[in-house]
Amino acid sequence: MLTRMAESLFWVGRYTERADDTARILDVALHNVLEGSPVDPTVILGDLCQTMGMRTPPEGLSPSSVTEALAYDPAQPSSIVSSVRSAREAAKGVRQAISAELWECLNATHFGMEPKVSAARSMGPHLLFRYVKERAAMAAGLADSTMSRDGSWHFLVLGRSLERVDMTARLLLSSYRGTGGSPDWATTLRCCSAHEAYLKAYQRPPQARSAVEFLLSDRRFPRSVFHALSSAESTVSSIGSPKGPAGARDPALRILGRMRAWLEFSDVDELMEDLPGALGSLQEACAGASDSLWAKLYRASGVSAGAVQGSAAAAVGSSRAMHWERIDGGRPDADVVHQPQSEPEIPEMSS
Amino acid sequence: MGDLFESYGVGVAWDEMFVAPGLPREASRLLADSLGTVSGADLERRCEEGARSFRDRGITFALSGEERPFPLDPVPRIVRAPDWAVIESGVVQRVRALEAFLEDAYGVGQIFEDRVMPKSVAVTSRHFQRTAWGIGSPGSPRVHVSGIDLVRAPDGRFLVLEDNLRTPSGVSFAIENRRLMARTFPELFHSHRVLPVADYPEKLLNALKASAPKRGGDPTVVVLTPGVYNSAYSEHVFLARQMGVELVQGEDLTCRSNVVWMRTTRGERRVDVVYRRVDDEYLDPLHFRPNSVVGCPGIVNAARAGNVTIANAIGNGVADDKLVYTYVADMIRYYLGEQPLLGMPSTYRLTEPDQLTEALGRMDALVFKPVDGSGGKGLVFGPHAPESELDELARRLRADPRGWVAQEVVQLSCVPSRTSRGLAPRHVDLRPFAVNDGERIWVMPGGLTRVALEEGSLLVNSSQGGGSKDTWVLADDPC
Repeated sequence: MLTRMAESLFWVGRYTERADDTARILDVALHNVLEGSPVDPTVILGDLCQTMGMRTPPEGLSPSSVTEALAYDPAQPSSIVSSVRSAREAAKGVRQAISAELWECLNATHFGMEPKVSAARSMGPHLLFRYVKERAAMAAGLADSTMSRDGSWHFLVLGRSLERVDMTARLLLSSYRGTGGSPDWATTLRCCSAHEAYLKAYQRPPQARSAVEFLLSDRRFPRSVFHALSSAESTVSSIGSPKGPAGARDPALRILGRMRAWLEFSDVDELMEDLPGALGSLQEACAGASDSLWAKLYRASGVSAGAVQGSAAAAVGSSRAMHWERIDGGRPDADVVHQPQSEPEIPEMSS
Repeated sequence: MGDLFESYGVGVAWDEMFVAPGLPREASRLLADSLGTVSGADLERRCEEGARSFRDRGITFALSGEERPFPLDPVPRIVRAPDWAVIESGVVQRVRALEAFLEDAYGVGQIFEDRVMPKSVAVTSRHFQRTAWGIGSPGSPRVHVSGIDLVRAPDGRFLVLEDNLRTPSGVSFAIENRRLMARTFPELFHSHRVLPVADYPEKLLNALKASAPKRGGDPTVVVLTPGVYNSAYSEHVFLARQMGVELVQGEDLTCRSNVVWMRTTRGERRVDVVYRRVDDEYLDPLHFRPNSVVGCPGIVNAARAGNVTIANAIGNGVADDKLVYTYVADMIRYYLGEQPLLGMPSTYRLTEPDQLTEALGRMDALVFKPVDGSGGKGLVFGPHAPESELDELARRLRADPRGWVAQEVVQLSCVPSRTSRGLAPRHVDLRPFAVNDGERIWVMPGGLTRVALEEGSLLVNSSQGGGSKDTWVLADDPC
């Protein structure tokens, strides 16, 4: 498939997942504020803004100002509305590479946002969160049921998986910070649609340790970080990264495999010792893997990455000017973007 | 007869559906009957549903960067089998003649030697491309796809209004219109045998493959689009999807040693046929506009070397020139030894002094068209233009007689169309699409009927607020 299309498909996957996850994260935070958490609401909301890489809204920290910025504001690059629009813009450039059903779903979702936002403004944001979660599930379902397992599908899934790792890390960080380490973990699990699965697995109310373990390392649950990392790893493998006689040759595959193994073989107590550090490493791994992959693909297709991206960015506006952007829309310098970053540091194993 | 047609009147133009108020033409009787049973509110509901479906599926055209729906009018336009037979053979004849002309004009120039048409007319056309010399083997098609615009005069005859041999668009709307009509008005189809249009992409793909340079194996075909901001992007997507080929942009292609490659995630892949929807001027910055970013540098040389086929061929625009158009009837006689099957409105060659004088004398009765315009751009309707505009136009005609033609105004035929006050007659044209695979010229039975939604307007172009209709070519034997 065309390299330009692969890149756009990757972004379709990422933006769709991002819209979904932002809705989930915001849902948790608002719950925590509204349900009388012992922590000062402005602390929860301030942490949320920080986690999402967004500046504090000028009108101060309140549930409505943060919802406005993170959900409704079309000018805020990390808002749900922006992510839905960006997913649709990216899909528009690759319409014939995705199934007609998936395109229609993304396009109609975009058109449905305006009425949903006005309804949510009067009836509460949950209405919008629910819509976005349902449409994201529909998009994922359509991708899975209407697209061949070829390059297009792999890049879509890769984008979705890496974004899920990144955003689940943010969600955990937000929950962990937002309530001084003792959040309502049931709500957090529910927002990952994981509460029932968790109860089946543990048969006791969630505690920090067990909830974190479940969301980070569970093998069977599809929204766990481990699951998403494994899916990213096997996708990169399918995209065409032959394993050498000694380990993986592809730098992206190496990063993802190491991270996955680290999660798989770490004890949750080790992870809990420095949870923010562990979550940070996960996010860096996503960025590192993505950068390595694209640098390699653009080299393989005979163009310098910068040349193609420059024109791609011009064509689609600012929506996908680079491979791994910070969620606040702040972007690393161009020459940094196109170089593979050094592999993220993996925390030392404690003996 | 139901209430939908209750206040429908018939004007001076040919009405495609009615002979007189309340009296449908024989071929339209069943359609008028079934439509008559639909209530006004029901019609509105179904149209809304249809419009939403088009929006969600992204079936739009872009105007100045903005995506717009291309409104589908719910009343189909019926073409009887005998009428279609004339259109079909007339279009085929015309394409054959124009193919011969293009090969001649970019070759030995026999038609100029034989004084059927002055060479100066061809070479002064803005779309005459010297670059086209020596590209393509003799006898290979240049007009892989054409969309010749027809109108129907008050006497019921079909006339050719313009030739579109470059990158005619609209075929996807014709096909999508059919699909949507079958969904939203299924009962209308029950009493008719309508010829199918859905096999167009297959015919196109076959023609493109047939035109590929012969080097063994299944040729790789791509559709080249200027990108998402192009007015017909949605059609480019449609065609690539329906043919199962890649939709590429200039940046996806690269030329080395006169071979075109596309950049894929598994390295470069050789391209044999480029169905381009990029104008000549933007196709190759090495030969045309050096600042074009939507083209592929080197593609013209690759085509000249015989390593890639560009479809439609470079330089076809000369035949779309409206002064060249006035010679097409002569071309048909000259190249084919046949009489033209389709007429044309009488047209003044303003480069000939006596014709210029005559046209200037009756400006208020003629329509003036820039020779290289398309999409209804720059047209001046003498009967509607204020005197000051005509004075200004007269100055421009004298200064640049090669730049314009003058034509008798044709009252385009009408079809009942949905308006805010029920169904009313609106003017339509017809663009049949023809595909030339080198062996045979196939005309899709249907084509795009465009409708001027403004009352009395003769401008059917989508960029001028037009809509479209499903076009039904009825099978010979009624069911």
